[in-house]
Amino acid sequence: MSIDERIAERNPTAPDHAAADHLLVAALRAGEEAAFVAILERYQAPMVRLATLYVRERAVAEEVVQETWIGVLRGIDGFEERSSFKTWLFRILTNQAKRRGAREGRSVPFSALARAEADGSDPAVDPERFVPPGRENAGHWAAELTEWRQTPEDRFVSGETHARAKAAIAGLPPAQRAVITLRDVDGLTAEEVCQALDLTQGNQRVLLHRARSKVRGALERNGEEA
Amino acid sequence: MADADLVTTAAVDTDPDTLTCRQFVELVTDYLEGALSPDERARFETHLLGCDDCPIYLDQMRQTIRTLGALSEEGLAPAAKAELLTIFRDWNRG
Ligand SMILES: [Zn+2]
Repeated sequence: MSIDERIAERNPTAPDHAAADHLLVAALRAGEEAAFVAILERYQAPMVRLATLYVRERAVAEEVVQETWIGVLRGIDGFEERSSFKTWLFRILTNQAKRRGAREGRSVPFSALARAEADGSDPAVDPERFVPPGRENAGHWAAELTEWRQTPEDRFVSGETHARAKAAIAGLPPAQRAVITLRDVDGLTAEEVCQALDLTQGNQRVLLHRARSKVRGALERNGEEA
Repeated sequence: MADADLVTTAAVDTDPDTLTCRQFVELVTDYLEGALSPDERARFETHLLGCDDCPIYLDQMRQTIRTLGALSEEGLAPAAKAELLTIFRDWNRG
């Protein structure tokens, strides 16, 4: 059986990712420095961001990430590729970060934080934007929505929009900020985020929804002011 | 049936078969995550077809996600890179 066929058999839904992963892992095992540098550049920043959820200082987070890379190099020969490389990488990182956080005596009640933030009512859109109950068309948009422009030079690739999105993320409650950063900025899957943050699938989705809705609201206000 | 969700009365709020826009916006993430039940998904898509504004809202959420994806900061500090390359070369000689 060819490598491609074996990859397709193992992961029929995402053959491209699996193939890319497989090449990456093979290059790492072969000791190709360029492959290691490519992986570092892709994952270092997200890994440091994730580690800072567990340890207090950035310098410690960077140490945790360095320990993770050492673990990756030591373990790469034994990595059986049953999960994606990224999932494996972040699992090692999460374990290292949790151990280090525990040793530092930093209790991160992340699950309690997450539960609190996922609880209660937190409408995606200001209720004032909808026709109030008892009126004709109750619950429908009170005013028409305006489409956002989508040309290549539009505001969504502009520095100003990026600054606005970053500010919106910075203003989110911590659990929502963590989830939207890992999912939408760093590109982790729902499963990877649940594993890294000890979240249920349901809470992960609620936190993501609340976070995305707020960032959308911030970008909408941006458009109205422009 | 095509414009069932355009029925004009407060009954829309309580009709279990249709969604209001206010309910729709709360389901967007579950929809994008593939987490709606077949029934919920059907109601969501029915609303999408019959509403002028919610398709715009859904599109704005998609653009928001794209914008966030473009924020990803890659790369690493030269000092960290140098240290990690030393580790790599030691391992490689290993
Ligand atoms: Zn609608």
